[in-house]
Amino acid sequence: MAYVAVKGGTEAIEASIQRLTFERIRSQELLEIKTIMATMRGMVDQVMSESSLYSEFLAALAIKQSEANMEEAVFLLRAHRSTLPRLYYTRVVETDTMAVERRISASFKDIPGGQILGASYDYTHRLMDFDLIDESKSVMKVWLEQFKNDEKSASESSDLTALPKVVDYLRQEKLFVEVEDDDTEPIDVTKQSIQFPTTRGERLQVLTRGQTGAVTSLGYAAIRGYGAVHPTVGELRVGKLPLTISYPTDPTDDIDNDYYIGEIKVTEVEAFVPISTQKENNVEEIEFEIGYGICYGQNETKAIAMSILDQSLELGSGVHPTQDEEFVLLHIDSVESSGFISHLKLPHYVTFQSKLDSMRKIRKA
Amino acid sequence: MQLQTHFALFDEGSKKEIRRAILKAVAIPGYQVPFASREMPIARGWGTGGLQITLSIIGKQDVLKVIDQGSDESVNAVNIKKLVNKTTGVETTIETSEATIIQSRHRIPEVPLTEKQIMVLQVPIPEPLRWVEPSEFKTKKLHAENDYSGAWLLLFEQIMKYGKTVTNADHPVFVHDRYVMAPSPIPRFDNTKMHQSEALILLGAGREKKIYAVPPYTNVNSLAFEDHPFEVESFDGKHCHLCHAATVFMDELINQETGESYYQCNDTSYCLAKLNEQEHMPEVVIEHAR
Repeated sequence: MAYVAVKGGTEAIEASIQRLTFERIRSQELLEIKTIMATMRGMVDQVMSESSLYSEFLAALAIKQSEANMEEAVFLLRAHRSTLPRLYYTRVVETDTMAVERRISASFKDIPGGQILGASYDYTHRLMDFDLIDESKSVMKVWLEQFKNDEKSASESSDLTALPKVVDYLRQEKLFVEVEDDDTEPIDVTKQSIQFPTTRGERLQVLTRGQTGAVTSLGYAAIRGYGAVHPTVGELRVGKLPLTISYPTDPTDDIDNDYYIGEIKVTEVEAFVPISTQKENNVEEIEFEIGYGICYGQNETKAIAMSILDQSLELGSGVHPTQDEEFVLLHIDSVESSGFISHLKLPHYVTFQSKLDSMRKIRKA
Repeated sequence: MQLQTHFALFDEGSKKEIRRAILKAVAIPGYQVPFASREMPIARGWGTGGLQITLSIIGKQDVLKVIDQGSDESVNAVNIKKLVNKTTGVETTIETSEATIIQSRHRIPEVPLTEKQIMVLQVPIPEPLRWVEPSEFKTKKLHAENDYSGAWLLLFEQIMKYGKTVTNADHPVFVHDRYVMAPSPIPRFDNTKMHQSEALILLGAGREKKIYAVPPYTNVNSLAFEDHPFEVESFDGKHCHLCHAATVFMDELINQETGESYYQCNDTSYCLAKLNEQEHMPEVVIEHAR
C-alpha cells in the first residue's frame, strides 16, 4: 500500500524522522555552531545570500540541522524568515562607504586606490593540503602570532572606507553614457509578487536571492553562446557596509538622527559590457553599459554571474533564453525549484488514475 | 537566541496581506490574484499555497482536516496537520462534517460541504492557459481580454485527434461566466462539486504566487461542447471492496497474486465512516507504511 495508508502514516513519519536524527548523530561527533561560523565561511555566506537573511548564527544553525545540505539549509532559513515581521527598510547604502577587504579590476591595472587582493582562492594552487589532516591548535596559534607580527610591519595603506569607484573614474573620462539617478521606491519582491515586464529593481532582487549554482550556470550560458554579453569585470569589491535606519518618529527625516543597526559583508560587481548602438547617421558606435551584481558575503562567482544576467535581461531582445526575464527569474530560486522537483516524490495516485482513464478511453475509441 | 513561534507561524502583517488577496479573490470569482507568497517550512510545490491560506484564516475555535490524495493519513497531510497544530493548537479531525477548514491536495470530499466550512485547495499550476501559452505576461492579457479560444482549441484538437475530449484531472472550468479557471488538479469527477457549492472554496498556489476563489453558490461549469459533453471518470459497475460504495471516486488496486484489479474508495474517511455504519464490520487488514 506504499506510503499512503488508510492508517499508519503518523507512525511511519515518526520513524522516518527518528532515522534522520540517528543518521546525523550516529558517529557520535557533534559540530558546534561557533565552529561552523568560524570555519565554513563560504557555506555560511551562500546560505545567507540565497535565504536573503543576514545572520551568520542562524545560517550556521541551519547548516548544522541540515547536515550541511545546501538546499535544505536555505529552505530552513527561508522558512524562518517567514516568521519575522518586516519592520523597517534601511537607508539606501552608497557602496563607496564600504570597508573594503578585497578590490580588483580586470579592466584597468592602474586603478585609483590600487588593487587589493585580500583573501581569495584565485591565487592558490588547487592541491590537496594533506597537512590539514593533522592541523593542531598549537601550530595554529604560532601561525597566527607570526601573521599578526608581519601585518604590523606592513606599511599603513590608504583609507579603505573611502576608495573611489572605478566607474566614477571612467565617467569622468566620458566613456559612459550619463544616466540619471532613478530614485523610485523599489518594489519589495518578498512582499509583492513580480509582474511582467519587471523593473530593474525587482530583477536585481530575484537575481541576488537566486541559487548560486543556477545563477552561475545561466550567467555562463549567456557568455558562452546562449546570450550576447561579453563583459569585463570593471570592479569587484568584497567588504562591509554599514546599515542605518531612519528615526521612526522624526518628521524631518534627518540623517544625523539615524540608528546604526550593524554591518553586512557583501560582494559587489560592476561589469562593463560593450554594446553597439545605432547613431543618427546610421553609424554604429560602441558604448559601455554596466551590469550590476551584489550578494551577501564573499561569493564572487555569483556576483559576477548576476551582473551578466542583469545586463542580459536589461538588453532584452529575447533571442536567447538568458535574455528572457520570465525564463531566468522564475527558475533560479532555490526554494522554488527544489520544492517543485521534490514534490514528484509525493504520491500522484489520483491524477494518475485520471490519466489511466483517459488513456483507456482513447484506446477503446 | 531562543525564539518563540507566533500563532499560526506568520507574523500578523503577512497574514493580513494574504487575507487581502483572499478577499479580492472572493470578490472576483475565478480571477487569479497575485500575492507575495512566503517561504514556508514545507517545500514549494508541496502545498505552500494552501497552507498559507489556512494559516491566514485559521482561528483558535477552528477544526482542521487535511487530505492528500483522498487520505487523511498520507505523509503530506500528516505533515501539514502537524505543523498547523503545533503552531496554533487547533483540533484536527478526519471527520469531514466536523471540520471548519478542510485543506486538500487533489480531492473534494465525497460528503457534501456546508456553509460553515471553507475548502482550501493546494494548486500546483493555477494557469489554465499555461499549456497553450508559456508566457505569464501573455496569459494575463488573454484573461483580461476574455480570450479563451486557446482553451477551446485544445479541447477541439483532442476531438479531432481522438474523437473525444481526453483531459485528465484539472479539466478547466468557467466560473461565474467570466474567468476560465484551473480547478487545481482535482479529478474531473470533483469538478461538479464546485458548482453551486455551499462552502467557500479557496485555491492557493504558493510557488506560482496566486490565490483564487469560488464563493458559495457560484456557477462553475466545466468546459465542453454541446455535441461532446463533459464526462467524468467512470467507475461503472465498480464498487469499493471495503464498504461497497459505488458512486464515488475510486483507487484502482492490483491483487499481487491474481493480477486482477479491484477498487477502493479514494476518500478514506468517507470509507471508514461507511464501514462504521455497517453493523458487521468486515475484517480489514491494513498495512502500516514503513
